[in-house]
Amino acid sequence: MLASIPSSRYFRGAYHAYVAAFFVYLAAPLTVVAVFAFNDSLFPAMPWKGATLGWFLGEKSPQLGIFHDTELLESILVSLQVAVCTTVVSLALATCNAFLFERHDFPGKNLLYVLMLTPLVIPGVILGVSVLVFSSSIANWVEETFSYDLEALRPGLVLVVIGQFAFITTIATLVISARLRKFDVSLEEAALNLGASHFDVLRTITLPFLKPALVGAGIVSFLMSFENFNTTLMLVGSDAPLTIAMFDRLREGSTPVLNAVSLLLMAGSGGLAALSIFVRRKDE
Amino acid sequence: MKPQHFKFGLALLLTPILLWLTLLIALPHVDMAMISLRERVSAGTYAFSWSNYTAFFTEPLYWRTFMRTAVMSIMATALTLLIAFPISFYIAKVARGRLRPLLFLLCLVPFWVSELVRTYGWMILLRETGVLSSLLQWLGWVDGPVEMLYQDATIMVGLVYTSMLFMVVPLVSTLDSLDDSLIEAAYDLGASHWRVMRDVVIPHAAPGIVSGCIVVFMLTLGNYLTPTLLGGKDSLWFTEQIYTQFITRFNWEQGSAFGILLLILSSLIVWIGLRLSRQSFTKVMS
Repeated sequence: MLASIPSSRYFRGAYHAYVAAFFVYLAAPLTVVAVFAFNDSLFPAMPWKGATLGWFLGEKSPQLGIFHDTELLESILVSLQVAVCTTVVSLALATCNAFLFERHDFPGKNLLYVLMLTPLVIPGVILGVSVLVFSSSIANWVEETFSYDLEALRPGLVLVVIGQFAFITTIATLVISARLRKFDVSLEEAALNLGASHFDVLRTITLPFLKPALVGAGIVSFLMSFENFNTTLMLVGSDAPLTIAMFDRLREGSTPVLNAVSLLLMAGSGGLAALSIFVRRKDE
Repeated sequence: MKPQHFKFGLALLLTPILLWLTLLIALPHVDMAMISLRERVSAGTYAFSWSNYTAFFTEPLYWRTFMRTAVMSIMATALTLLIAFPISFYIAKVARGRLRPLLFLLCLVPFWVSELVRTYGWMILLRETGVLSSLLQWLGWVDGPVEMLYQDATIMVGLVYTSMLFMVVPLVSTLDSLDDSLIEAAYDLGASHWRVMRDVVIPHAAPGIVSGCIVVFMLTLGNYLTPTLLGGKDSLWFTEQIYTQFITRFNWEQGSAFGILLLILSSLIVWIGLRLSRQSFTKVMS
């Protein structure tokens, strides 16, 4: 209860204990993943057999470390490619959307705004499946009509990017719109009065103002794409992004090399999270 | 000249968003609905049919899995709310000074990490040779290794963990807007802890509770990773059925029907939630 309200010492003690237990619950799975990356055993399990860096640096099987595990390294590269593409495309469309919703009025604007939000309430698996079904329909039609196989619309990385882009755009739009709403339009008008062209105004005034939101939305999009599983699972072809490669290994039962990858992932997303908080701080 | 220019700009901005929503959201779902309503007669020829939907209602495995997924998602949502509420109240009302943003940030941290990594952590904790099993043996509470994976309770632990953020954030922001003096006034007027909660705090937090519950329910219903990894072969989650039909059995007609059914259930719950709380969709989502 509030500090200003008297309450029994037991109640207060129990409440604090509950909060402490909650944070232990939050931290537990991440902690064990990190700790077992250093366990000198072939299984990510008890007992503890002493510390090693083998799951990072190990050069040959059975203790093949992440820096020499070409399969996982390649999947990281695939994920990076997908994430960069998705981020760039999503940011471009999201910026257009933000200008559309914040600067323009047109009939049906509210309806369009609601439609823009719908990807958030479609479960990721279904979004993936629907994109898969539709793109195959198109590819089949093209093949029957022009007898040309449209490789890009068959399960593969292009489709993964398309599927992720379909919902990440919404999130990026929300972030950029929120910032654009705070912009004082008189700044643009002043610049136009002083003889700047529309393009100059956009380049020297509006976009610099939007930069923190663009960076923030970019980081969020990148992470969401990199870590996406549900939509990706349905659209993936022969090149597996990291989450899919890790999932396959997990089901087979894997060595602690997965812990090492996870630790690197945690460090990566932690760094990006810190960066996005830093950008937001500077902005305020 | 000006309005002309403006209209051109509008058209330029409308084109990409309309293309996106039509080609990637609307048409794929229409196509999926159409495929779910057809039946393969022979190679390459299809006929209209409800058979994929009748199969869902006549095959007990299908609709039981569906119901089980729905019921477990509701339970997971309720549990998440129960666990998150005291925590959110602590962050919004009890914690002081620098502790507040710190605790809030700590709640966010796990969700910057991939769901796969989080679930993997639970597997290491709960498996037969896992940390918790060893701890229990070391304490002498059990005689041999205990397998805690592949049970419904384990799936629940994972689902609640994965959903926590989406409950804590809306709760903290609504509780934050509740003026402390209202709570104090209620106490001054002689209300008990319970009455203050029931008559002051919970009504004020209702919008946050509803939007948290909607998002958590939706995410749980559509989850694939957590039930599959923590529940093993017998987890019987509906998204797994969809995956099996599409990828393993290559029965896209049946899989599409399942997808549509899950989408209907999920939209229905969102709609009911919004109705009950009289909130607009736009406000809850942004």
